[in-house]
Amino acid sequence: MSIRYGLLALLQTGPRSGYQLRAAFEASTGATWPLNIGQVYTTLARLERDGLVHALPEEEGGQRPYEITQAGQEEVARWFTTPVTRSDRPRDELVIKLALALTTPGVDIHAVVQAQRTATMRALQEYTRLKAGEARDGDVSWRLVIDAMIFQAEAEVRWLDHCEASLARYRPRPSGTPAAAGRPARDAAPEYQEVEPR
Amino acid sequence: MSTPVLELREVHRIHGAGPTAVHALRGVSLTVHAGELVGVMGPSGSGKSTLLNLAGGLDSPTEGEVLVGGTSLSGMSRKALAALRRRAVGYVFQDLNLLPSLTAVENVALPLELDGMRVRRARRAAVAALAEVGLADVADRFPDELSGGQQQRVAIARALIGERRLVLADEPTGALDTATGEAVLRLLRARVDAGAAGVLVTHEARHAAWADRVVFLRDGRIVDTSGPLAQPEDLLEQAR
Repeated sequence: MSIRYGLLALLQTGPRSGYQLRAAFEASTGATWPLNIGQVYTTLARLERDGLVHALPEEEGGQRPYEITQAGQEEVARWFTTPVTRSDRPRDELVIKLALALTTPGVDIHAVVQAQRTATMRALQEYTRLKAGEARDGDVSWRLVIDAMIFQAEAEVRWLDHCEASLARYRPRPSGTPAAAGRPARDAAPEYQEVEPR
Repeated sequence: MSTPVLELREVHRIHGAGPTAVHALRGVSLTVHAGELVGVMGPSGSGKSTLLNLAGGLDSPTEGEVLVGGTSLSGMSRKALAALRRRAVGYVFQDLNLLPSLTAVENVALPLELDGMRVRRARRAAVAALAEVGLADVADRFPDELSGGQQQRVAIARALIGERRLVLADEPTGALDTATGEAVLRLLRARVDAGAAGVLVTHEARHAAWADRVVFLRDGRIVDTSGPLAQPEDLLEQAR
């Protein structure tokens, strides 16, 4: 998604200036999605061009508040009632990395999976610590955002577990040459690659 | 540094013998200090439950050593081991934690009474323990009159009653919905922050994330450790 819907939704509660919009946006997403003021003004200019907001006269402080139009309100309503399609989301670098790790000679995909899982687990611990330490009980928006990050990280760990299980019998040669069938030699194999039936 | 509450030193556990022998743990070392919650993650058959049973003295290692509060469990008599389990170690399982014929407060007081404490004193300690987990008002209810989340909180209160400083939790949120499960983990976290030591076995990353460190078990070995509080011995372990 773009920030345009975020700004439009915030304008539903009344006119605001660019600076006020940025502050409100960051407050409702727990500062997990920082905006620069340039992005805010560029977006407001496009919204105005499309007739979804219009600028009000400048206030004393030199700030110009923006007001949502009827068309803008309809646009927000449409956004809230339309589910987000998965294909609208950006491509996932990790998926591409794993797919390529499988076909690139000399890359140990098991090590890639384990390194990623440890890193994602650490992020998950940090999110949980944030959540455990929070005293902002009333701040439901912030909780929703942190929970989303927690569940997404969890999903990634589960997917990595699944990849590891699927790859349990896959053993690339460091040189990239295919393994000789039935070859028994297995010295110095990384410990988690134990795959033969016991 | 203070004596660890739990220490596993190069622990191996082989079930059975000969060609059908199962090597459940292969040289696992793990140290848990007071105030520390360690998560153990791994697929089925990776050795999670074996690790927990060894830590609680319910099983003995084939090789290596388990120490609880600095005391080695190897060579302990059956009786001494039973006493140690009563006094030093508490368990929280996925379900069936409580005796159905006893009220919440009786369940919590049980380990103290078994250890010879007078009933009235044990009861008083149990009421205080229940109050600490926010359940003072349901102390006289039977387990089937409690919600799943309440039952797990009673189990945590019992796990840490008296002198006990080590809680071993095996999928303690297994049967609970996500919000109730989170409340149970929050409580476990709070009890550990108050000075207990905990081992949390789970296959769910979201639950393990409440721990200070998470160790990944694969085929009886620790393959990685995640967490900002990594101990030097873990780094040595990884460098091996």
